[in-house]
Amino acid sequence: MDWTLFLQLMINGLIVGALYGVVAMCFVLIYKASQVVNFAQGEFVLIGAWVCWFFLTKYQIPFVWGFLLTLVFMVIFGILIQVVVLRPMIGEPVISVIMVTIGLSIVFQALMKWAFGVFAQPFPPIFERESVAVFGLEVRTVYLVSLLVSVGIMAGFAYFFKATRMGLAMRATAFDQQVAQSLGISIRSVFAMAWAISAAVSAVAGVVVGVVNGVSSALSFIGIKVFPAVILGGLDSIVGGVLGGIIIGLVENLAHFVDSQWLHWGNLIEVVPFWVLIVILMIKPYGLFGTRDIERV
Amino acid sequence: MTAAAEPALSPSAAAAPSARPLLAVNNIEVVYADVILVLRGLSLAVPQGQIVALLGANGAGKSTTLKAISGLLKTEDGAITRGEVLFDGQPVHGLEPEAIVRRGIFQVMEGRRIIADMTCLENLRLGAFTRRDRGQVPADIDMVYQYFPRLKERTGLAGYLSGGEQQMLAIGRALMAKPKLILMDEPSMGLSPFLVQEVFHIIRQLVSDLGVTILLVEQNARMALQVASYGYIMERGKVVLDGTAAALAQNEDVKEFYLGGGGGEDRKSFKNLKSYKRRKRWL
Ligand SMILES: Nc1ncnc2c1ncn2[C@@H]1O[C@H](COP(=O)(O)OP(=O)(O)OP(=O)(O)O)[C@@H](O)[C@H]1O
Ligand SMILES: [Mg+2]
Repeated sequence: MDWTLFLQLMINGLIVGALYGVVAMCFVLIYKASQVVNFAQGEFVLIGAWVCWFFLTKYQIPFVWGFLLTLVFMVIFGILIQVVVLRPMIGEPVISVIMVTIGLSIVFQALMKWAFGVFAQPFPPIFERESVAVFGLEVRTVYLVSLLVSVGIMAGFAYFFKATRMGLAMRATAFDQQVAQSLGISIRSVFAMAWAISAAVSAVAGVVVGVVNGVSSALSFIGIKVFPAVILGGLDSIVGGVLGGIIIGLVENLAHFVDSQWLHWGNLIEVVPFWVLIVILMIKPYGLFGTRDIERV
Repeated sequence: MTAAAEPALSPSAAAAPSARPLLAVNNIEVVYADVILVLRGLSLAVPQGQIVALLGANGAGKSTTLKAISGLLKTEDGAITRGEVLFDGQPVHGLEPEAIVRRGIFQVMEGRRIIADMTCLENLRLGAFTRRDRGQVPADIDMVYQYFPRLKERTGLAGYLSGGEQQMLAIGRALMAKPKLILMDEPSMGLSPFLVQEVFHIIRQLVSDLGVTILLVEQNARMALQVASYGYIMERGKVVLDGTAAALAQNEDVKEFYLGGGGGEDRKSFKNLKSYKRRKRWL
């Protein structure tokens, strides 16, 4: 047993799992607020990364500005997608809406390849120091920042839904749209806002991965890993999405460890999350945190 | 309560306010899904600072009337196809529900409809969603707790409250919006007689303390006519009788149908009653 490798992989799992968790939250946010299963979530991640890369390399603006511009872009983008594409679909069968988001995902994939090419592009270096020492361990700065960003976003979500007026309005809308309207909440604005937040936060995840690995269409893999994560967590639970993401990150790296040490089947890291998905669907279809309604009349 | 003096029925001038009423529903027709005609020329008026009761059998269209006023009709594929709803003299029919809430009309829907996966406090804060004076909100939450002290003790999810507590929360949530007019749909539903007393007692207090106006839909007619100053009785999408609450409470037909007086089994509808005369309003 190679314990350093094990430790390394578990840390990787935590970092990448936290990112899955962030994107899973974005997915759940859209699902809860507007009942849309967004198969284009991974493309939001990808678009965010490409747009930021574009601002940084083409216009050579400082990272902070490029990043903020990206967020602004994604907010507008999210609202536009909701208003133009999904608002007309309100009231249509679930399967039609799913087809629409699958279509969006394909269009965006192609569009990104057309606009930015098929090759991975590196981000310009952002941190002055490649690595920092934490408790005597040398850690790559990007990894550390990635974890901090993920945790920060999760804390932000928690605050938003617990303490802010719009956060409560969003939860109310998720619970019962008619009641929300009776309270004076505009559910149209809530839908648009959910998509805006989801797109912008997914972009943050995209930028983080882009800084680590470079940007390429492969980056939307996060969107695919999000499905095992949200199914594991329960489709409609934000906390479940986070934990599901972290568990998937750890499990896939554990699988990688087992594979590289003993099995040597190769590529176990890619498929194990989906085995988890199947097993969960068989034994616990509501996931770990999925809600069954409180029965009390 | 008004003094139970003159049993002035139908000639509605008796209670028709001299000044403009806070809410005036004029001859509205409501249709669901483009085909189901539910309200057929319904009219009523609610004067400022009073409780007006709207009574009627199941399916008469009471809830539909409230939804027509609050705009929630739109969420059920219903529409006002004729007539008008004037609030403070301004037309509000056709507005989005959120715009109507901002104007000062708040509906407490049938069945309480509190948000079960939130705490009491969060439900109350949501009631204040449209408020602009947000600094005032904590003080108003305290005010609601004064009317309903037991809500303060409940820190868990609202879904686990008892039926009576949920009703109190629903009313408290409405107060948080600081509405001018509250539309209350069957607040006594499913409550024990004792709780019904308590809830109505508080409703009356709210009106005298805060000056809100209430349009009250009730199955419990006895209770409703005790707290209201004026009442309307509707049947199949129309008002068939109206008058001061005292007069209605004395009325033989009302007694028989809604207040549990005896009577022949064959009398199934107001139409079969000799003393019943169809009110013709706007016709
Ligand atoms: N969303 C809807 N779509 C179609 N028809 C409806 C809808 N809501 C109500 N109705 C019909 O309108 C009529 C009046 O319903 P409404 O709920 O207003 O009655 P109500 O007087 O409140 O009755 P209850 O005392 O039972 O609450 C009923 O016949 C009902 O079937
Ligand atoms: Mg009703």
